[in-house]
Amino acid sequence: MSKRVVIDPITRIEGHLRVEVEVDENNVINKAWSSSTLWRGIEVILKGRTPMDVGLIVQRICGVCTYSHYRAGIEAVENALGTEIPLNAKYLRSLMQTSLYMHDHIVHFYHLHGLDWVDVVSALSADPAAAAQEALKYTANPISAGEGELRAVQERIKGFVETGKLGPFANAYWGNGTYKFTPEQNLIALSHYLKALEVQRVAAEMLAIFGGKSPHPQSLVVGGVTSVRDMLSPARLQEWKQKHAIVTDFIHRAYKADIVMAAAAFGGEPSVLGGVNVKNFMATNDFVLADGQYMFDQGVIMNGDLAGVTDINPDLIKEDVTHAWYKADGAQHPYDGTTVPDYTGFVERDTVYGKLPTLDGDGKYSWVKSPRYDDEPMEVGPLASLLVSYAKGNKVVVDSVNGLLEATGLPIGALFTTLGRTAARMLQTVIVAEEGLKTFDAMLVNMQSDESTYVKPVMDSSQEYVGHSMIEAPRGMLSHWIRIKGGLVENYQAVVPTTWNAGPVDANGKMGPYEASLIGLKLEDPTKPLEVIRIIHSFDPCMACSVHVMDFKGQELGEFRIDPNGQ
Amino acid sequence: MDTHAALYRQGQARLDMLRQLKSRDGQSLTSKMKEHGITRRDFMKWSASVTAMLALPLPFSTLVAEAAELADRVPLIWLHMAECTGCSESLIRTDTPNLDSLIFDHVSLEYHETLMAAAGWQAEENLEHAMEAYKGQYLLAVEGAVPTANNGAYLTVGCKGHTGLEIIKHAAEGAAAIISVGTCAAFGGVQAASPNPTGAKGIHEVVDKTVINLGGCPPSEKNIVGTLMYFIMFGKLPALDMFNRPKWAYGARVHDNCERRGRFDAGEFVEEFGDQGAKEGYCLYKVGCKGPYTYNNCPTERFNHHTSWPVLAGHGCMGCSEPNFWDDMADFEKPLGRQLLHGIDATADTVGAVILGATAVGIGAHAVTSIFAKPLEE
Repeated sequence: MSKRVVIDPITRIEGHLRVEVEVDENNVINKAWSSSTLWRGIEVILKGRTPMDVGLIVQRICGVCTYSHYRAGIEAVENALGTEIPLNAKYLRSLMQTSLYMHDHIVHFYHLHGLDWVDVVSALSADPAAAAQEALKYTANPISAGEGELRAVQERIKGFVETGKLGPFANAYWGNGTYKFTPEQNLIALSHYLKALEVQRVAAEMLAIFGGKSPHPQSLVVGGVTSVRDMLSPARLQEWKQKHAIVTDFIHRAYKADIVMAAAAFGGEPSVLGGVNVKNFMATNDFVLADGQYMFDQGVIMNGDLAGVTDINPDLIKEDVTHAWYKADGAQHPYDGTTVPDYTGFVERDTVYGKLPTLDGDGKYSWVKSPRYDDEPMEVGPLASLLVSYAKGNKVVVDSVNGLLEATGLPIGALFTTLGRTAARMLQTVIVAEEGLKTFDAMLVNMQSDESTYVKPVMDSSQEYVGHSMIEAPRGMLSHWIRIKGGLVENYQAVVPTTWNAGPVDANGKMGPYEASLIGLKLEDPTKPLEVIRIIHSFDPCMACSVHVMDFKGQELGEFRIDPNGQ
Repeated sequence: MDTHAALYRQGQARLDMLRQLKSRDGQSLTSKMKEHGITRRDFMKWSASVTAMLALPLPFSTLVAEAAELADRVPLIWLHMAECTGCSESLIRTDTPNLDSLIFDHVSLEYHETLMAAAGWQAEENLEHAMEAYKGQYLLAVEGAVPTANNGAYLTVGCKGHTGLEIIKHAAEGAAAIISVGTCAAFGGVQAASPNPTGAKGIHEVVDKTVINLGGCPPSEKNIVGTLMYFIMFGKLPALDMFNRPKWAYGARVHDNCERRGRFDAGEFVEEFGDQGAKEGYCLYKVGCKGPYTYNNCPTERFNHHTSWPVLAGHGCMGCSEPNFWDDMADFEKPLGRQLLHGIDATADTVGAVILGATAVGIGAHAVTSIFAKPLEE
């Protein structure tokens, strides 16, 4: 007798995500559905506006990867208009992306994903002295892990627990058997959770130095960047470098060490050793180094075959809406997509929590579309990016990946797991932080002989333009597609990382990465599905990014009534 | 000063009342600060700066300090509607030293989807429990607009499939006060821009209580925490402007306190991004700055621990704390000129709109005269 488990809201993510799974009598998942329950219609709003405002509007798709959509929107317009921006602007945009990654990946691991690995309650029974010794096993110079610091953290948490009022830590899945850290290891990670709150502020300041603020920096324009005064100021440049050093220090002495610790503790936990069931990966090249080189490579890997890596062909990207709350005749390329809302609501049925409105897996069940590459689902994100660069022999990436495998004693196959996905994000952070200094130096050298930061874009309103951008957002490959007519936006599409990963089943019955990753997973207690949350969080969901995808060709939006009970 | 004296007494009475309530986590702020290496002196300095920011006389700083110590008596429920999580992100980036954030976690944070450990069924239980247990007492903070088209179907949250609209109405009933954090919750924001396909609205449009609107995309963490402090101190709403924004934060135009104001007066304008004027820090009016029409404290408070703000980074203000700015202030990189704002075609919408319109005309005239005042070197 199979049972339905409903998880909504999936917390500690950006946006609104619902996941449902069906488990058999042994509590093993045999079916899974991923659904976004919010739709905002940003592309509808873009229609008829000046292309120069696109960046600022699409930026509001997401306040977490707040810079990625901004940049992608502006670069799509530049691609359409044929605007070639100055080298300094390219470097600065790359440096701002470096700042974003250093912030975003730290916040994801510690504040969004961390509590899937760290049992806060268990940390209370740790011996701080033993924990301080334990920390030395994973790095020679741990941060915020001295005996005194750990004791202070423990006492602080005790205050919460003793009153029975846990605030944001209340009613979680503490005590679940798939938490594998010892009390001492939990205490170390918890201390880093608190330290990371401080460090992420510094990382956000890095983005604000050249961006004006974070979230939602405001210094990019079609044609270049605006923060030329900051770029010319030795004090500002030094400020960035100083903050970069503080954050990089934390990345090495805490983030990297904690992942090595997790690999040791969770190496035998089955629920984190699967979770990569769509073995197709796609990533684009990004982060400008000197001499036109990129930090990460572009490419496509099918069926986990690293030797067969190929280049991306943008023409092969299509979106399917068979099981999404839209109407369309077959899969469509982003330049020509149509989208008509077709909301069908929920279906009431028995669940482990009693009768509830649930997703209609046979019909439509999500505001997220299903993008496909050559008709195949693809995983995007840090793991995909590292695998593509690894397959292409990118020396920095190969050395970094091999270094981690050596340190943990794991085979390359270990990358194709939930744990591997989480570890890949850390490795990417280390590479971005270290290599980012090369971009910084290249910009300084170039600024000596060339102060240009902007070229005025040329747009002839009697002409039509088509263009797109592809960048690597913290959550994976992001592409924006634009048509311009009469000097205004005629059509706009954003195909975003979480759409690739979280989309529903397609017309051919193929599941996307989220859903596929859950099949075969055994739950300790279906009413407290920690294992599901952990796998979904390992993708770093960003739902608002994925649910605004819509173009507009004058069709009426459908009128419909919500019917939570499906009656 | 009489009103100040009355306000002070009101604040004292409120704090006396709060002092009677049970502490939520059993640890005093003093001991928390000690753990974080924050001295009493630092704390008093912080209290004085918050007092100044709230535009209150200095003696009120003792009230601010007391309120901070009593903050954990106030349960806070934070809901996410149609949004991008940028406002929550702004909040977690609050200044070092960590005092502001310490105050925040000292408040009893009952529900916040981005930060809470619980998920799914258990998260929904937390929300229901908090709304029941603290009925009439909790502060409700909302991030994001409410989709209202098609009975709110464009957003559902929780296992039970309730719409955002249903959740907001329910949560508002038991709230002691409601704060709309950011332009989406306050005025509908980006999803409410024309043609507003989801019928997105600000919170105040769907509930029948007074809502404090913190405009900004996102608002600075100072404006969020400051508003919280005011409520805790006085148990009532601060003085609000015509759009229900706290006057202490939104009382002056960005243009009034702008660091480039002297350039405007001297007629020194950036003509094109990246030009010599841009390198010298000239006024951004001609490349689209909306500072003359925008009420916020960005120039004085800045963002990210005073690191910067858009004008310092060479881009004009886009007017993000004003209602309908996505439609009214576009194109963002062109000057608005004499276009009137806020209901020009509505019949005498409010007196304020007329005043604001007059201001816009004044700015236009000012800009014209400034343009004729040639820079010195020419």
